Amino acid sequence: MTGRREGSPFSGLSTVALKEAADHMNSARIHLVMLLVLLTAIGSVYAAIGQIKATIGEDQFLFLRLFTTAQEPLPSFVSFLGFLIPLVAIALGFDAINGEYSRRTLSRVLSQPIYRDALLTGKFLGGLIVIAICLLTLWLLVTGLGIVLLGLPPSGEEIARELAFLFASFVYAGVWLAVAMAFSTLVKSPATSALCALTLWLVFTVFWPMLAPLVAGAIAPVDLLDPMTAVHQIAVQQGLSRISPNVLYGEATLALLNPATRSLGLLFPSQLSGALMGAPLPLSASLGLVWPQIAGMIAALIVLFTIAYVSFQRQEIRA
Amino acid sequence: MSAIEAPVIEATGLTKRYGRFTAVDGIDLAIGKGEVFGLLGPNGSGKTTTILLLLGLTEPSAGEIRVLGLDPLRKPLSVKRRVGYLPDQIGFYDHLSAVENLAYTARLAGLASPEAGKRIAEALERVRLSDVRDRRVSTYSRGMRQRLGLAEVLVKGSEIAILDEPTSGLDPQSTQELLDLIRELAADGVTIVLSSHLLSMMQSLCDRVALFRRGRIGLIGKVADLTADVLGGTHVVEVEASGVDLPAVLAGAPHVSAVTPLKGGRWRVDADADVRADIARRVVNASGALSEMTIRQSSLDEVYVRFFEGEDHDRAA
Repeated sequence: MTGRREGSPFSGLSTVALKEAADHMNSARIHLVMLLVLLTAIGSVYAAIGQIKATIGEDQFLFLRLFTTAQEPLPSFVSFLGFLIPLVAIALGFDAINGEYSRRTLSRVLSQPIYRDALLTGKFLGGLIVIAICLLTLWLLVTGLGIVLLGLPPSGEEIARELAFLFASFVYAGVWLAVAMAFSTLVKSPATSALCALTLWLVFTVFWPMLAPLVAGAIAPVDLLDPMTAVHQIAVQQGLSRISPNVLYGEATLALLNPATRSLGLLFPSQLSGALMGAPLPLSASLGLVWPQIAGMIAALIVLFTIAYVSFQRQEIRA
Repeated sequence: MSAIEAPVIEATGLTKRYGRFTAVDGIDLAIGKGEVFGLLGPNGSGKTTTILLLLGLTEPSAGEIRVLGLDPLRKPLSVKRRVGYLPDQIGFYDHLSAVENLAYTARLAGLASPEAGKRIAEALERVRLSDVRDRRVSTYSRGMRQRLGLAEVLVKGSEIAILDEPTSGLDPQSTQELLDLIRELAADGVTIVLSSHLLSMMQSLCDRVALFRRGRIGLIGKVADLTADVLGGTHVVEVEASGVDLPAVLAGAPHVSAVTPLKGGRWRVDADADVRADIARRVVNASGALSEMTIRQSSLDEVYVRFFEGEDHDRAA
């Protein structure tokens, strides 16, 4: 086709986004997943508070410990989020497009004066709105719980770090929403696309951490006589594991919520000369540290959304 | 094909291929303002594809379309703003009420909410769904869904309404209700394009019909003209008589176009006028015994059957 299209590709965008967000807020599916997240979050934070109270000490960033402290058998709040955010995002997006096909609403909606762009982008934005609201609520809840039970307010820097962490969580959720929506355009049946997305989630949360060292060992075997090969293998392994958005998210939260984190990769003693061990990094340095991780997740999000976009634009309305 | 003055829908050489399969194969079509135009044909003959092409919901492989003087590919928003569409097997968001469903599409169509609210109330009143307007659409019957779909076309204030198989799967009463609504719509001056298998309904509703066969339009024109063209007559007389050779007796009779023997000493006479009196006279003059004679107007069904005689349906589907 040549020539410019008439009108804006985004007319109707806000209508679709708000309708989708409202639908999600009313759907039993999302209520269930949210309940799960809420219960685990409160549980892990409550356990963390008990732990913090028991081992009270001089810590400049006591409040951040709320998020990162784990008490057996419960994992920490952030590891829960890393595990559950994908589930929320998949629940929001797995039937975005193929659900419209199976409900036979697509041709009716697209016969309205809007472009397909508006429908797909609107659905994505609608999901993001719900995710943003949920994360914000969760964060306020945890902070409130911390203030009440610990009896001390978070400092300015702690809030700034938490907001950065919130943004990282938002981007991470966006990646998984894009995964779910890409499957919803590529696969015709909603049940199959949900299974595909959940499989990918399982691979990245459970199997990827096991697979990465194995594959790295095959690609870059260690030569006992050459110590550099060991370094090389670790670099390969880290590169491989960073394909998983879960790893990127884990590294980003680690650096943001644990200010003493100096590096997310290998560190040689020579690089640490003159450093005060355990001294926290300023916020700007921590942000600099996680920037590649965040940028990587945003890039993944854009690539996945583009896949969904292209496949949706090429689809025939008639399923 | 008679020339249509200022057609609102015009297609020339319209072609759509899906891979190696040609769904629509170079059709020419012109539909005038205010017409009720029927698309007829077996499943898979290209009716729905033609409709999607007219709406710009799928791209043609070749050919030109003008809807209200606009190209649906270049000006999709303007076309879709003025054309209402009732898809085959329409679906709604089941967890929303009728009003919420219509409000959503009205917002997508760019209607301001006070205006939309007014139009939705009017439209629901007109399709007699006002009583159940706040019930979830999941509780609606098939006929109610189709009427709700028609209400959507009304809310949009469309100049052209394209209805794909509006009555398929409906019981006779719902069908009748829907047909009455479509007639009202036509009486308001809305141009209506509808596709269907229900030939009797097309006959009573449509000004003109196009018969699709394997992606091509085999015949196009007024129902009466088509019956005359395909069957050679608009009237069918069945004659039961003995002692005469009816084809010989009726040879050269005015208006009679064909005489076909049926079983049991009966004949079928195709004619373009009521020729019963003439047949009776000729049979009696030939000393035959006329025992029964019935007449009916030939219907689109017969045109359809005759037109698709020998058609391999599996290949067409």
